[in-house]
Amino acid sequence: MIDVQHVTKRYGQVTALDDISFSIPKGEIVAFLGPNGAGKTTTMRILTGFMPPTSGKVNIAGFDCLEEPWEVKKHIGYLPETPPLYLELTVREYLIFVGRIKRLEPEQLQERMRIIVKQTGLSDVQGRVIGHLSRGYRQRVGLAQALLHNPPVLILDEPTTGLDPNQIIEIRDLIKNLAGSHTIILSTHLLAEATAICQKVIIIHQGHIMAIDTPERLGARLRQSEILQLTVKHSDSDLLETLGKIPGVMHVSQGSSPNTYVLETHLGEDIREELTNLVVTRRAGLLELTSQSINLEDVFKILTKPDKPAG
Amino acid sequence: MTPVHTIIAKELRSYFVSPVVYVIGAIFLAVVGLLSYQAVANASNQALRLMQLQNTYAQLNLNEMIFRPLFQSMNLILIIILPLLTMRLFAEERKLRTFELLLTSPIGVNEIVSGKFLSVAMVYAGLLSLTGLIPLTLSAYATFDWQPVFLGYLALLLQGMLMLSIGLFASALTENQIIAAFLSFGLILGLWLLGALSSAFGDTTLGQILSYLSFTEHYERLIRGLLNVKDLVYYISGMAFMWFAAHQAIDAYRWK
Repeated sequence: MIDVQHVTKRYGQVTALDDISFSIPKGEIVAFLGPNGAGKTTTMRILTGFMPPTSGKVNIAGFDCLEEPWEVKKHIGYLPETPPLYLELTVREYLIFVGRIKRLEPEQLQERMRIIVKQTGLSDVQGRVIGHLSRGYRQRVGLAQALLHNPPVLILDEPTTGLDPNQIIEIRDLIKNLAGSHTIILSTHLLAEATAICQKVIIIHQGHIMAIDTPERLGARLRQSEILQLTVKHSDSDLLETLGKIPGVMHVSQGSSPNTYVLETHLGEDIREELTNLVVTRRAGLLELTSQSINLEDVFKILTKPDKPAG
Repeated sequence: MTPVHTIIAKELRSYFVSPVVYVIGAIFLAVVGLLSYQAVANASNQALRLMQLQNTYAQLNLNEMIFRPLFQSMNLILIIILPLLTMRLFAEERKLRTFELLLTSPIGVNEIVSGKFLSVAMVYAGLLSLTGLIPLTLSAYATFDWQPVFLGYLALLLQGMLMLSIGLFASALTENQIIAAFLSFGLILGLWLLGALSSAFGDTTLGQILSYLSFTEHYERLIRGLLNVKDLVYYISGMAFMWFAAHQAIDAYRWK
């Protein structure tokens, strides 16, 4: 559905995107992940036809972005980082304006407005001036704008920034419900968001793609060991030593308090059963045993660490 | 509804929900009203004096005494207020990022530029037509030739639209409305001063070119009641050029 080949974008001397290639099949939700200034917004602006790439090819829904920008624009719904709202218009007036410039027929527009207003939860504020709405509602109007002409491809630039936790959950659910029928690219610097809604993550850093994979596999790729954290009620001096003797344990260290221990084991070896048996037989009083797998956060940190590109 | 209609409708809506148009309109009408009052008072004073001197009923040329000076000063007011009308056109879209919506929609830059230009021209034409009350009122009490008055209004319309097209271009260059206003003010002023500069070169080729480029000569001829194709060509080509420049400025903004 989306095919990007060797795209490079330079602003004068600065190279914002350096030879980026990826493709996204129909119906997938993909997250662009990267620190600020990584090139997420630039990529999205190129995809939407807002600006042309310096070199490279972009194909969306079978249309080339440079040769048939008109067709591409009809097939894309775009929510920029700042929702593009005319603050002096009411929600209704605004959506009618958007529908018209998206070339919807009047009957079609009425029909789509009914659906979208319900879907984005804007029914109660339809008649209100956008400038008087809260940040959350404005974001929803922005999303309604992107969905109005029912485009097969949705490009959402940081759709949840600045929202409160409840609003974030609402917007995420809405995006998740669109999957399947829509191909969605969203950018975020929140890792939890990428794992929560996306099937695939593209990590961008300094204009390069560092990794493309599912959130789970990305985590697994960089994981060399598993870490267990153990908390007991009574600790004694030789518990630390005994723990180290359990087969499979590579390293044991004292945790943040005297009663916690951090055990590092070989990947794929589950020592939890032996561990609990040992603690119980020693009557140390097992309080807590947690497994800490490396999460996307760590992957992100490792991949985007300056001077040390891994992957 | 074509895309141009859609843009015009949206722009007119935005103009009339914001206080800017009302403030500018009120100031414009008040100043024009005062100036015309002064011109009429001046004319009637002269008429009285002539009557006392000659002891007969004096027939003054009102077109020369009232309308020409009035149209001349209205031109100056336009230089000051029209940049305030055009400054928001593109600068606001850039500032609020709504430009991204327009430029990623299936609508051409030419349609956006035309829609914006026509909308502000309509607002201006509306304001201008309100000043039509002045000759209408005057015609109830005095006789004058309507034809130069109509030509004067045509001159005001063309002159204003040329200034608006300059403002449109200036607004496409920046996301700061104040800068856009000052820029168009500067450009219009520059175009005006070319006329003064041209007299320094006399009847040389350079002098003629400068004089042609400045609006002074064209405007003066029209408000004197002379309809000349050359002057119409000047205004229309000027607007077309500024339209094109605004289009280029927007393309440059995307391709930067």
